Amino acid sequence: MSKSFTGVATACYHCGEDCGSEPIQAYDKNFCCEGCKSVYEILNKTGMCDYYAISNNPGSSQKIKVRHNQFAFLDDDSVQKALTVFKDDTQTHVTFYLPHMHCSSCLWLIENLHRLNENIISSKVNFTRKEADIVFNHAKISMRKVAELLTSIGYEPYISLQNLQQQKPRINQSKIYKLGVAGFCFANIMLLSFPEYLGIDDKEKNLAGLFRYMSVLLSLPVILYAATEFYNSAFKSLRHKYLNIDTPIVLAIWVTFIRSMIEIFTHTGSGYLDSMSGIVFFMLVGRILQDKTYEQLNFDRDYTAYFPIAVSRIKNNNEEIVTLPNIQLDDTLLIHHQELIPADGILTKGKALIDYSFVTGESIPVEKQMGEMIYAGGKQLGSNIELLVIKEVAQSYLTKLWNRSTFKEAEQKSKHSFVDALSRYFTWIVFTIAAIAGLYWYMHDVSKLWQAVTAVLIVACPCALLLSNTFTNGTILRRLGRNNFYLRNAATIETIAKVDYIVFDKTGTLTTGRYENITYNGMPLAESLKRKIATLAAQSTHPLSKAIVQWLKVSSGAKITGYREIPGKGIEGIVEDEWIAIGAKTFITEQEANADDTSSVYFSLEGTMIGKFIFKNSYRPGLHTLRRQLQNKYALAILSGDNAGEKNYLQSLLGFNAITLFHQKPNDKLLFIEQLQSKGYTVMMVGDGLNDAGALQQANVGIAVSENSNNFTPASDVILDAAQLHRLPAFIQLAKANRWIIITAFIVSILYNIIGIYFAVQGILSPMIAAILMPASTISIVFITYGLSNLYAKKLRLK
Amino acid sequence: MSVIVVLLVASISVAALFLAAFLWSVKSGQYNDEASPPIRILFNDATITETATKSVDEHNHTTEQKIETIP
Repeated sequence: MSKSFTGVATACYHCGEDCGSEPIQAYDKNFCCEGCKSVYEILNKTGMCDYYAISNNPGSSQKIKVRHNQFAFLDDDSVQKALTVFKDDTQTHVTFYLPHMHCSSCLWLIENLHRLNENIISSKVNFTRKEADIVFNHAKISMRKVAELLTSIGYEPYISLQNLQQQKPRINQSKIYKLGVAGFCFANIMLLSFPEYLGIDDKEKNLAGLFRYMSVLLSLPVILYAATEFYNSAFKSLRHKYLNIDTPIVLAIWVTFIRSMIEIFTHTGSGYLDSMSGIVFFMLVGRILQDKTYEQLNFDRDYTAYFPIAVSRIKNNNEEIVTLPNIQLDDTLLIHHQELIPADGILTKGKALIDYSFVTGESIPVEKQMGEMIYAGGKQLGSNIELLVIKEVAQSYLTKLWNRSTFKEAEQKSKHSFVDALSRYFTWIVFTIAAIAGLYWYMHDVSKLWQAVTAVLIVACPCALLLSNTFTNGTILRRLGRNNFYLRNAATIETIAKVDYIVFDKTGTLTTGRYENITYNGMPLAESLKRKIATLAAQSTHPLSKAIVQWLKVSSGAKITGYREIPGKGIEGIVEDEWIAIGAKTFITEQEANADDTSSVYFSLEGTMIGKFIFKNSYRPGLHTLRRQLQNKYALAILSGDNAGEKNYLQSLLGFNAITLFHQKPNDKLLFIEQLQSKGYTVMMVGDGLNDAGALQQANVGIAVSENSNNFTPASDVILDAAQLHRLPAFIQLAKANRWIIITAFIVSILYNIIGIYFAVQGILSPMIAAILMPASTISIVFITYGLSNLYAKKLRLK
Repeated sequence: MSVIVVLLVASISVAALFLAAFLWSVKSGQYNDEASPPIRILFNDATITETATKSVDEHNHTTEQKIETIP
């Protein structure tokens, strides 16, 4: 229609988005909105258009405008103090999280901030974390001005209540240090042991002795520092009266060390120090591979990350900034367009249109009248409103749900891996072999008893199992991460494999939460009538009206008089001499509307109903395949906070055995999961919004679906890119494969152990055999786990 | 024989130097962000000279900047 006039869609020079039918033309370039144009102007003025040369259309869309006093809270001292990393007489260091950062142009621009404003001394970007460390001269420029500068070029800093309450935990690098030390010692001890293995002349006994003592010296950092990683965990497990895999490993390390010391100082042998430090080194490598986490993602977000840091409060008719923890009962808050409601309260002024989609899963914004209760978490759309606080932030309905004490208890209950159980059997078998060998030598040749028993313990330490485990977990975590399925930790793999019940949320999880799927039902629409409807609908800020305007695809330039908006009902007006009304069923037809009616908007011309627009949720692609692959293996359920208008469709989507529940409050979802768990199910919850937050934490595995992994997601075990949702069955399959890959690798390594034990029980395990067996077994484990995991992932057609 | 001891000491001290270098590089945060340095190195030198001449007075500063950003 109107698009055909402009022909090919023009991409905005700044952000690359489609400019629509009327692009803004300036400087021989097309822009989609004034915002993008003004960013270009700022950069052009300072000669920084290199920005556009590094990547194509690097900017982010500026269609959503930022309120002029949005960052007023940065003038507040306590807020400044919380955000400042370091401050001296002239400089302030601050770290901002800039979620819009996405390409090399962004990096370049932000690191050149000082060219835009000379009072900014330097800025350094951490791209993975999407953070910028900015140093500025606080005598000349305020923190608020810095934030506004960033916003003016399209990088709005995201500052939430979480910034105020806690500092980001620094990355723990002690494991890396230990790895470095262990590697250094291992390599040098190996070097020193070589002459001995290759045969050293009797004449050079002194030299051999020197090598041995140097090995002892080099082994001290390993046993006293690098191996402490395992001591801690072993000690903890003993205190909980639970034998985990680290306990026998620590035992083996110490037995090896003590025996080597005795051999070296009594000049009876060269000890096994090279094998010992090698094992510690490889086990540390495994641990680090497995614990490599996704730094840029945050799995522990609570409500503080979602809530703003400060809002406007009206006191004695003056607007002032108040930080969230300081909001008190009976305060009057001023909430602007697009701002979040921070505390439960009563609407005292203005017209509230609140988008609860993220909180309750209702896809359509709710209108509230004066005197009505408004729950925290919703987003105000439209004009400013005033709110009388009746509950403090931490006491609000949602935050209370989120802070439920049961979650904390659940975290305490540590997950016991099957590997620990396996290692216990293994340890018992080894002890038995050692005891039998000991008994045998006790009867035949007592002098060999000590040697045989210690050698068995050295050879059969379950480090092979630990290596299989950590290397497999590491490979699978990485493989899943490459497919945008990010796991919080390795223990989650095992829990996913155990799942037998999958619960889905609807809005935002199975659907996209946007209104793209509109069908029209009624008398045919003439082009002129379309234009009139579009004109009327364009007057309203209601998302459904906006969606109708977009769907009609005609310009909305008709003349309109007598426009009227009736909150909660609809809009009406006289467009080119015809009276048109658009709105809810009751408003147009005066018939009672059914609560479960599909979201429809009716319209009438001169008082007669002409037709209705039906809004259907647009579902994510691939859901049918998802159903096909899941329905036979898992029980499925859908919990939706929305109306039951699409029950039939959902039922057909997930099969008729699936439970579908609607009008579910956040607490209902949580209780539903609790019920399933009490029936013995292992539950996976797939959700996206705050309304799922409780359920996600209660479930054995909580998967937060997100369109953009840098956006806010509620606390969960897994963060999944929404576009990959249809591959969930493949992800679960890979998690299930984890177990047998570990066992296969372990069995192979046991073969090496059997060879070792064959020598050990006879009391003839030479340091050289140990030194060959150990790396050989480690390398085969690495190849097997890496190869099998990747082969299987390929079979599942994962990236 | 004594030459072996000398070599041994030399080799271990070189290895120890590398260990120290490694520990320092971890500590100074070189592994914290693996994404931006490879991008950063490809940018024009303009920005680097820019920072170097930062202390130069205002007037100089702006003219220089214009020259440098011409590709």
